[in-house]
Amino acid sequence: MGGLQKKKYESGSVTNYVSRNKARKKLSLSLADFRRLCILKGIYPHEPKHKKKVNKGSTAPRTFYLLKDIRFLLHEPIVGKFREYKIFVRKLRKAYGKAEWSGVQRMKENKPAYKLDHIIKERYPTFIDAVRDVDDALSMSFLFSTFARTGKCHVQTIQLCRRLSVEWMNYIIASRSLRKVFLSIKGIYYQAEVLGQTITWIIPYQFAHDHPTDVDYRVMATFTELYTTLLGFVNFRLYQTLNLVYPPKLDGQGEFSLKSECEEDYALESESYSEKLSALSASLARTVPLVEDEEAELDLFPAEGVRYKMVCCSFFIFLFILFFLRSEGTNSIMCCTLCRCFGGQVSWDKSLCIGSTYDETDETITHHIVDRPTIDKQYINRYYIQPQWVYDCVNGKILLPVEEYFLGVTLPPHLSPFVEESEGDYVPPEKLKLQALQRGEKPQAEDDDEEEEEDDDDDDEDDQSEDEDEANLAEMEEKRAQGKSLSVKVTPGKVKPENRMRAEQEEKAEEKRLAIMMMKKKEKYLYDKIMFGKKRHVREANKLAAKRKAHDDSNKADKKKKKKKC
Amino acid sequence: MWCGNIRRRSAGCQQRGFWPSFLEASVKNAHTISSQSPISPSPPQSEQEVDKISLLVFITFSVRSQDIRNTVGNIPMEWYKDYPHIGYDLDGKKIFKPIRNKDELDEFLDKMENPDYWRTVQDKMTGADIRLSDEQVDLVHRLQQGKFGDVNFNEYEPAIDFFSNEVMIHPVTNRPQDKRSFIPSLIEKEKVGKLVHAIKMGWIKPRRPKETTPQYYDLWAKEDPNSILGRHKMHVPAPKMKLPGHQESYNPPPEYLLSEEERLAWEQQDPEDRKLSFLPQKFACLRAVPAYSRFIHERFERCLDLYLCPRQRKMRVNVNPEDLIPKLPKPKDLQPFPTTQSLVYRGHSSLVRSISVSPSGQWLVSGSDDCTVRFWEVSTARCLKTVEVGGAVKGVAWNPNPSICLVAVSYDDTVVLLNPGLGDRLVCTATDQLISSYEEPEEVMDQSVQWAVAEGEGHEQGHRLILKHPKAVRQVTWHGKGDYLACVMPDNGSSLQVVIHQVSKRRTQNPFRKNKGLVQCVSFHPIRPYFFVATQRYVRVYNLIKQELTKKLMANCKWISSMAIHPGGDNVICGSYDCRLAWFDLDLSTKPYKVLRHHKKALRSVAYHRHYPLFASGSDDGSVIVCHGMVYNDLLQNPLIVPVKVLKGHTITHDLGVLDVTFHPTQPWVFSSGADGTVRLFT
Repeated sequence: MGGLQKKKYESGSVTNYVSRNKARKKLSLSLADFRRLCILKGIYPHEPKHKKKVNKGSTAPRTFYLLKDIRFLLHEPIVGKFREYKIFVRKLRKAYGKAEWSGVQRMKENKPAYKLDHIIKERYPTFIDAVRDVDDALSMSFLFSTFARTGKCHVQTIQLCRRLSVEWMNYIIASRSLRKVFLSIKGIYYQAEVLGQTITWIIPYQFAHDHPTDVDYRVMATFTELYTTLLGFVNFRLYQTLNLVYPPKLDGQGEFSLKSECEEDYALESESYSEKLSALSASLARTVPLVEDEEAELDLFPAEGVRYKMVCCSFFIFLFILFFLRSEGTNSIMCCTLCRCFGGQVSWDKSLCIGSTYDETDETITHHIVDRPTIDKQYINRYYIQPQWVYDCVNGKILLPVEEYFLGVTLPPHLSPFVEESEGDYVPPEKLKLQALQRGEKPQAEDDDEEEEEDDDDDDEDDQSEDEDEANLAEMEEKRAQGKSLSVKVTPGKVKPENRMRAEQEEKAEEKRLAIMMMKKKEKYLYDKIMFGKKRHVREANKLAAKRKAHDDSNKADKKKKKKKC
Repeated sequence: MWCGNIRRRSAGCQQRGFWPSFLEASVKNAHTISSQSPISPSPPQSEQEVDKISLLVFITFSVRSQDIRNTVGNIPMEWYKDYPHIGYDLDGKKIFKPIRNKDELDEFLDKMENPDYWRTVQDKMTGADIRLSDEQVDLVHRLQQGKFGDVNFNEYEPAIDFFSNEVMIHPVTNRPQDKRSFIPSLIEKEKVGKLVHAIKMGWIKPRRPKETTPQYYDLWAKEDPNSILGRHKMHVPAPKMKLPGHQESYNPPPEYLLSEEERLAWEQQDPEDRKLSFLPQKFACLRAVPAYSRFIHERFERCLDLYLCPRQRKMRVNVNPEDLIPKLPKPKDLQPFPTTQSLVYRGHSSLVRSISVSPSGQWLVSGSDDCTVRFWEVSTARCLKTVEVGGAVKGVAWNPNPSICLVAVSYDDTVVLLNPGLGDRLVCTATDQLISSYEEPEEVMDQSVQWAVAEGEGHEQGHRLILKHPKAVRQVTWHGKGDYLACVMPDNGSSLQVVIHQVSKRRTQNPFRKNKGLVQCVSFHPIRPYFFVATQRYVRVYNLIKQELTKKLMANCKWISSMAIHPGGDNVICGSYDCRLAWFDLDLSTKPYKVLRHHKKALRSVAYHRHYPLFASGSDDGSVIVCHGMVYNDLLQNPLIVPVKVLKGHTITHDLGVLDVTFHPTQPWVFSSGADGTVRLFT
């Protein structure tokens, strides 16, 4: 016989996990510091497979960290910096209390600072890892760059975020990697393909934020601290890959005159350069000057296949198109990104923003983007269109017909480019139209609708005749049931065509039904669940289709009424 | 001193008038300046000096009434509040206050009528009213605006900087320098010493050198594949944010906008339960799109998710639902089996609880709650005979012996053996003879069941023997030879639940001594001397010869309703009220070989076909499900069970559907009786 009695919860999965409080105690950190450390090091709680076992038999809700993770945190040099900072704050407070101003000054000069470089390197050992995880960093950075200097966070943070986001946008333009843009009610979604990674980020509309009270800005600030570091390094490397100078410099020659008159009105001397950068309208300086032009670049692609060429074409949908923006606020900036990303050239009114490249009166402008119902002075040789056209073109990867986007026209719906309909999903008719356009089919004329209407009428007639037949039959049956006084009349019977297909289908359906009866309980449960999900999916799709149909019908009715009135 | 002061004052007053008390506060500063200046202590003597004073105190007054001079000095005037006089004159006589008998009304009238009312003030010193002159009013205005009282005063006179960078030949002050300016300061020495000590001890750190490395550099210049820690393989990356759909567009297609009801429902939902976190909205143009109020919230929630949300690797099973369906032989290949409803036997007015087919397959008997037993011709659905009995018929059973024409009918506590007189007359008469040829044995046994021979009207109707039981009989069933008849009288308390009658000897025996639970149904083994008793949850198999329990089958269900034995005798099916049908293979185990849950409601009856590999089950959902149940002779091969047909026809009345099913003895036909008072034949 032997050995000591085994105690419960001393081996097995329980030894792999540690609760948050225990972890905190082990690291001897305050909760705030622990949180900061977890955010910076990317440590997250784990859900144990058998929670009750790990929780020592209790079912109380508790978050668990992997013990290995916590051990890993023990060696983190940044923990020492946290402690140093704590002591620094204590000393500083003491010095303030004693009014030792020289001491305060000295301490402030020696303020302990930490760098996150090693953490970034450790979390993302390869560059691709970092690029893959840059989504949230971008969204956060763009959000912080829109903050006003109201003390919700440090001014330096805001400036840094702004700088980094501008750098990123410049890279996107320079590398032409933007793929999709979506105007949502929350903000503008961008999707780019950088080094083979799909990266999506959202930029809020340019309005002042009313800062919510139930948001902990310290958490956000810690994340931003990490994200700015990550984004900076990623930007640096990305600029390197394109042979661009980092920090970005404007390409000095030619089109861009460094001193124009209105600049002084718009920005201070010190800020004008960064403002010009953030206008995104000029190209960037390169470490190795480019020899080829864009057109030449086009030719560079070897004729490997038609598909590849197609892709290339979709990259340059706005080639040879000169835009002039006249939309409100900084939407113009966003438009500009798009246009330039896809080969176009952009300018805007000098008074609107810094960095305009050509004038409104320029004769070569082909598209004038305006977000207003009307405009006073119109030039003949250009289209006046609403900004949605640009976005829809980018998403559709073709130049859409401009007629639907003229000023004052009710715009066609703006569809999300991120939705990829699988089989059985509801596809809005606009999407079908777009797909037809992409396939190269010509848009159907309005006459189709009328034809359709006629068809519908025919169908109705058919239905009616069927109904009549049925009614006749019913009458006959009634008469027969009443019996005696039936006018006996033999009519040649109709041969009912036996629908073999249908019979077969029915048979198959029954077979399936019977086979389902024989399923095991476990499998049946799974099967039912899957089928329930599928059915719900179908139901939702049907609902949308029905809604659309009702909407179209009511629209048609309105049109007809108007016609009649006319 | 007092007097002198007064005198001087009075003299001053004569020269420059006196201070009205309302100016006292504002002039006080000037007064103190004047008192400090070396000129003021001595009374003014020359005209020039008087001018100076007037300049200093800004104002000169002329007194209207020369007589009234206040001599009380600088004392609080409220001391004289209750007296009619203020102070004394030089002769020591009281100086009386001017008589003030103005009441509120007078005051008001004065205010209304007197144009100088606004510039009239009361002198507290004398109690007299004084009308301020224009200059005085000006002065007040200037002081109120925070200007200097004197109009001519220039406040921006050029300042002379004494302590400038220009070295003057003479010192500004003539004070000799201190000694301490020549010797080193002790305090400073102490301070420096402290600092030196602190630096020595490392308490004060020298200024940190400026960082020279740039803020950003090529961090991944040396990408080392070895630097990928084991941790990264265990890393569970956070899922990316969900991409927006069409409904999030600022100008979505119209079908994605919520209708009024949907919007209300959305608003009433808990924010956590909402499928969409926002209300889809449509804007005419991009210009009209407002800021999204929950933007910061959403970013913050994402942050929380990233660092607070427990992560777990989950294996998502991607199953094609078609693969889950078992592959079974096609029902087409398993024919024959009943497929369509071909006949309906109508006639009963209440639910038909039990049916039974004659061994020849020509006749059908049905017992109903309307207290009748009907005999039908199977092929024509004609009711040949109706026998009325004294209660709702619970069970009917045709004698399986083809040479005997007898039907056992149970109602209330009675079991009646009927001779329907159908079919071969020889058989009928033979049966009658067999019953009448019974001879009473010598020793009369004391039996719990009373046997009686039917006579009179009953006999004409076909009643032959009447067996009175102590309790209500629920089920009757024949042994395969046709001599033994088992009856079930469910009762929780007593051991007399099952009785076995021997018709030829008119004997009854109670096989069980103990109550082992509420008996649901019983059945004889078709070949061997076994007896199956189904209680609520178990089926017990007894050996009748050895008189012992051989097997106890666990049905794994709550309440068995019916049971049928395969003609081979090695397989049993049990229907239960919890929608299950359990197939037992007696050779295999005492647990079900297969449990089918194909009915939606409680099973009422199950039946095996005598020749074909078919079995059927009837349920409260109004359907009869026919299954192919092939039993192989090879002991190693398990039975094959395939549902082949769902037969529907019975309407559900009072939540009851099909009450009994039975197969035709030779054809692949199935009969079912239902709560709607019909019997149906499916062929």
